[in-house]
Amino acid sequence: MTVLTFTLLILICAFCAGLLGALTGLGGGIIIVPLLVLVFKVNIHYASGASLISVIATSSGAAAAYVREGYSNVRIGMFLEVATTFGAVIGAFVVALVSPAAIAIIFGLVLLFSSYLSLRKQPATRGTHPPDRFAVMLRLNGDYPTPQGKKSYTVRRVPLGFAVCYCAGIVSGLLGIGSGALKVLGMDQAMEIPFKVSTATSNFMIGVTAAASAGIYFHRGYVDPALVMPVMLGVLFGAFVGARILPGAGTRYLRILFSIAILALGAEMLLKGLTGKL
Amino acid sequence: MADAHNQWTDERMDQIISVLLRTGVLLACAVVIIGGIFYVVHHKGPLPDYHTFQSEPANLRGFHGILKGVLASVGRNWIQFGLVVLVATPFARVAFSVFAFFKEKDWTYVVLTLIVLGVLVGSLFGK
Repeated sequence: MTVLTFTLLILICAFCAGLLGALTGLGGGIIIVPLLVLVFKVNIHYASGASLISVIATSSGAAAAYVREGYSNVRIGMFLEVATTFGAVIGAFVVALVSPAAIAIIFGLVLLFSSYLSLRKQPATRGTHPPDRFAVMLRLNGDYPTPQGKKSYTVRRVPLGFAVCYCAGIVSGLLGIGSGALKVLGMDQAMEIPFKVSTATSNFMIGVTAAASAGIYFHRGYVDPALVMPVMLGVLFGAFVGARILPGAGTRYLRILFSIAILALGAEMLLKGLTGKL
Repeated sequence: MADAHNQWTDERMDQIISVLLRTGVLLACAVVIIGGIFYVVHHKGPLPDYHTFQSEPANLRGFHGILKGVLASVGRNWIQFGLVVLVATPFARVAFSVFAFFKEKDWTYVVLTLIVLGVLVGSLFGK
């Protein structure tokens, strides 16, 4: 294969990953690494380096829109970034201590878990609770735009959400993904922040979280420019197009389909890791 | 408008962050595309082996090396420089937030944002 063919092939695949990731809200980064490792036989270090950089591009691009529309809560984001950035640095350090097979196994488990999270039924709406004292102290409570005007929300279980975000940071630094699903889990489920605000704020945090491990990835030589170039441009353009056609798209079946694809890739990564055939 | 000039509200901060993020990503993309075209046009020989990990050469791992290659118009270094611009975008966003919270006199968040900036800057020295 020539360099041009290889670059174009990756560009097309990355575009599809970004498009599907945006349409389903699951993010394209999560399937980029298994795609590169399993289909293109790229080493897992190069693959996670390419993914990490792409994640910074898509999340910053999407965050620009969300922040402007008033969905992201910048205070929640900044506060939780303390947890995610510390986690991300630790995760990036751990990469050097474990074998590529172990990373593949962890990656497989994270894929299976993400697929479970997106396939299960969303829990029913929650009741009203008194706000958490940390939430008041840190001014985390806020409001967001809805078709019926601005709606306010209160934040709960702040320490638990902080802990989940710390773990999300470790996973991000270890695997080179945004771990948006885990961040949303911490905000939506633990802290009971409205789903739309959780996903927008998660997007806002992903770039900074990934940037905290990027320096270490660069120094270790995980970032190969010729490989990252088509991955990053493809995912970014795909995500951009996906966000444009999102309002008119019937995403329910697409989401189920994409979740099954993640499940299959997760099983394959787990198998490759366990048998040491990477 | 004169009032808005002096007042640092959360909304104004959001607007500036939004512009900052978009500018950073677009600038990075432009540089990466230029470098990418250079690379694809000039690259001779077989496809690099991505299956075995050998780390990148030193001139693609540190900032000085990358910059030297950029001045010598090496495609791979141009791409890498674009990626550095991309990674710098969240740094700039956090640095701006420190300034904005300072203007809002929200000291708790000045401290929290400084911690995040500290972790980011510290990570650049990690190997």
